[in-house]
Amino acid sequence: MDEIALEAKGLVKTYKRVRAVQDVSFVLRRGRVTALVGESGSGKSTVAKLLARLVEPTAGEVLLDGERVRRVREYRRKVQMVFQDPFASLNPVHTIRYHLARPLKIHRRPETVEELLERVNLPADFASRYPHELSGGQRQRVAIARALAAHPEVLLADEPVSMLDVSIRLGVLNLLLDLKERLRLAVLYITHDIASARYFADETFVMYGGQLVEGGDSETVTQQPAHPYTQLLIESAPDPERSVAALDAPAEENTRVSDGCRFAPRCPKARSRCWTDAPPRAEVGIPGHWAACWLYVEAVA
Amino acid sequence: MNLKTKLGLGVLAFFALVAVAGEWVAPYDPSAMSDDLLSPPSGAHWFGTTMTGQDVFSQVLVGTRGVMVVGLVCGVLATLLSILVGVTAGFLGGAADEALSMLSNVFLVIPALPLIIIVASMLPSADTVLIAAVISLTAWAWGARVLRAQTMSLRRRDFVEAARASGESVWRIIVFEVLPNLTAVIASGFVGTVIFAVMLQITLSFVGVVSLSTWNWGTILFWAQSNQALGLGAWWWFVPAGLCIALLGTALALINFGIDEYANPRLRKVRA
Amino acid sequence: MTFLLRRGVFYLVTLWAAITVNFLLPRLLPGDPVQAMITKLGGRLNSDAMASLYVLFGLDEDKSIWRQYVDYWGALVRGDLGLSFTFFPTPVADVLSQSLPWTLGLVGVTTVIAFLLGTLLGVYAGWRRGSWLDSLIPVTTFLSSIPYFWLGLIAISLFSVTWPLLPASGGYAPGLVPELSGEFVGSVLEHAVLPGVTIVVSSVAGWILGMRNMMVTVTAEDYVLVAKAKGLPQRRIMFAYAARNAVLPSISGFALSLGFIVGGALLVEMVFSYPGLGYVLFQGIGAKDYPLMQGVFLVITLAVLVANLLADVGYLLLDPRTRREG
Repeated sequence: MDEIALEAKGLVKTYKRVRAVQDVSFVLRRGRVTALVGESGSGKSTVAKLLARLVEPTAGEVLLDGERVRRVREYRRKVQMVFQDPFASLNPVHTIRYHLARPLKIHRRPETVEELLERVNLPADFASRYPHELSGGQRQRVAIARALAAHPEVLLADEPVSMLDVSIRLGVLNLLLDLKERLRLAVLYITHDIASARYFADETFVMYGGQLVEGGDSETVTQQPAHPYTQLLIESAPDPERSVAALDAPAEENTRVSDGCRFAPRCPKARSRCWTDAPPRAEVGIPGHWAACWLYVEAVA
Repeated sequence: MNLKTKLGLGVLAFFALVAVAGEWVAPYDPSAMSDDLLSPPSGAHWFGTTMTGQDVFSQVLVGTRGVMVVGLVCGVLATLLSILVGVTAGFLGGAADEALSMLSNVFLVIPALPLIIIVASMLPSADTVLIAAVISLTAWAWGARVLRAQTMSLRRRDFVEAARASGESVWRIIVFEVLPNLTAVIASGFVGTVIFAVMLQITLSFVGVVSLSTWNWGTILFWAQSNQALGLGAWWWFVPAGLCIALLGTALALINFGIDEYANPRLRKVRA
Repeated sequence: MTFLLRRGVFYLVTLWAAITVNFLLPRLLPGDPVQAMITKLGGRLNSDAMASLYVLFGLDEDKSIWRQYVDYWGALVRGDLGLSFTFFPTPVADVLSQSLPWTLGLVGVTTVIAFLLGTLLGVYAGWRRGSWLDSLIPVTTFLSSIPYFWLGLIAISLFSVTWPLLPASGGYAPGLVPELSGEFVGSVLEHAVLPGVTIVVSSVAGWILGMRNMMVTVTAEDYVLVAKAKGLPQRRIMFAYAARNAVLPSISGFALSLGFIVGGALLVEMVFSYPGLGYVLFQGIGAKDYPLMQGVFLVITLAVLVANLLADVGYLLLDPRTRREG
């Protein structure tokens, strides 16, 4: 196994009475991509912000190389983030050079802006341009270059291609894969598109209602989903060969505090126990593949 | 830049020039009396003369400086105050925001004119600079309110979060990421404050609570009013100064429209 | 109701701030004009009046500032604002209660007229951009850039001096006794025309412009587009959809700029020697009558706060979002 770069331990984030993130734990390893899959509102972006330390957790902790890092700037040197919307994440009043030169200066890196641009396959003369002169894909490459400027160990990518045209998504994903290999980055890839997780990530976690409901090797999770929610998610992906089981939007009571499984109100296989007790993680078949679902707990018992 | 904005800038530049050069261009000493008492406009006295034979044209020329200086000083002081209060409140949020918003709303709601009249008449010497300072203290609140709202909408934008994530300090984010995006709002606030300050200063002079030893357009109107220029039919005594005020005010308002249209593309004129 | 409660607390804080400023000003600023005035009036002041002036203007140096503050509030609660020097020996409170109705009548009515008229014109100008009404904007901007008092001067010189159509000063014809007679009411209305029109003309432009810009912004919203697509009548879309939403910021603007407008209106009263608070203030300035000036400030602040509260109620009725908040 590769070394652990970042470890989330029992993260909880509560906004007023809504639990956005509830007891989330996982690890990111160097040279590996971990996907976090979920619908909007599942809390996956909040997880990214917690890991980037843009938001303070209500409970739980984040360990970087096995330690709690108190100094924020030191932490940010090693953990960088790419935002979802490249049209919003670059300041319209600054040039590309400014966006890239600042992190180099903050973290005292020897590289030049041109080297960074080259790393993300952009021509050096882009440095003098403004964000509005670039296409979405080009901007996202700049945002990636900015994240790389600090020379991080961990890259948090919050839906990095969802705002881009379909035709250029693959190029940006391949760039991330390539950088991961060359720089031995630990990448957290957050997405609502479970199919791209299969292509892009080594390991996949599925999130629902602020909790991780299933995790394991990407191939296994996407091909043999164990949790009823993951199964619905994969079925709902457009496939002309079969009809789609409607996936209702989460009802409001799901985000409220409840004792049982968050997915129970929408689950086709829900039983009485699911409403009252939270399901623990249970191994499903292959080692390392788990689901938080009573179906598998009872099978073992 | 559209025609309206250019027009506004042109008129403003003209008054700025008069403010600098008015004293040398003026044909007479504005306070010097002569034998041409209350004469209507003529070749010798373009804007006519006052009850004591003073040249109104020279008074208007020389008085421009006082008006422009107060406008500029107040504009700068009040804008700085409004940035300090508004951006801080909007960026920090929470209790600091509550307190600062409350402060600026209190300043907005309290009627400024009677308060300033009281303060100005209590001051032992109400000279131009002191009056400018007092006006600034009441003129910042509107700008602060607008800036707070804009800052709040900027604060949660991704590029601010991205700057935080790349390790920028809070003050650098405020100064280099947020402030440059507020340029248009700050500029229009500045222009608005200048209008407010000029109006207030002229009003205070007209009412007679400001020292009458220096000329400005308001003092001309004060003397015209207190010498019954209206009843005597001496329209030339009060019309030019008032027109200058209105022209300057219109020019500044036009500039502000230009800034607003630049900042809010929806207001731009539809090309038909 | 949380909305109104919050606003109510805010107005109380504002009132407290205004009163405290009033308390501090004569104590912070150099010079003792009131002391000078007391000396001048000498024996003509009775001991009660003297005592209240001491309390109001902090002439009693022996007392601690807290003691003075408490006494000051005590005097205010009793409605004791001191004696006016200008109208000696009338108490300030009496002077104010005589002039307040005139100001409320003139400024209140004209401000509401200007707001309604300006908002209506703004709705049309914003709805039909590029029409003749829209090209009126520069003209109204020019009018709003004219100081209220100067417009008043021009109005007098045109309509009272050049063409003597209307009276130039006062609230009613001299010689009439205030009573509920046709003659008196007619005279009051006649005297209110010039100052009233002056206030409306110079304040209407602000409302037109604010409403026009909000209309332009709102007209581009999807719900207006949908209403158009549904084929609703133009007038209905204009008023029930666009204007209904565009007017909300205008109302909060109305509340906030009221203090400014009232300031301008006070000047109009000065120019027309209208028997309201503005003219009283003007007379107070000449005589350095601080008890009177400070009294005027307090009463105007109070009036503006009450008007604000009324505007809030209007906002509450028009905006369902604030209603649900409670």
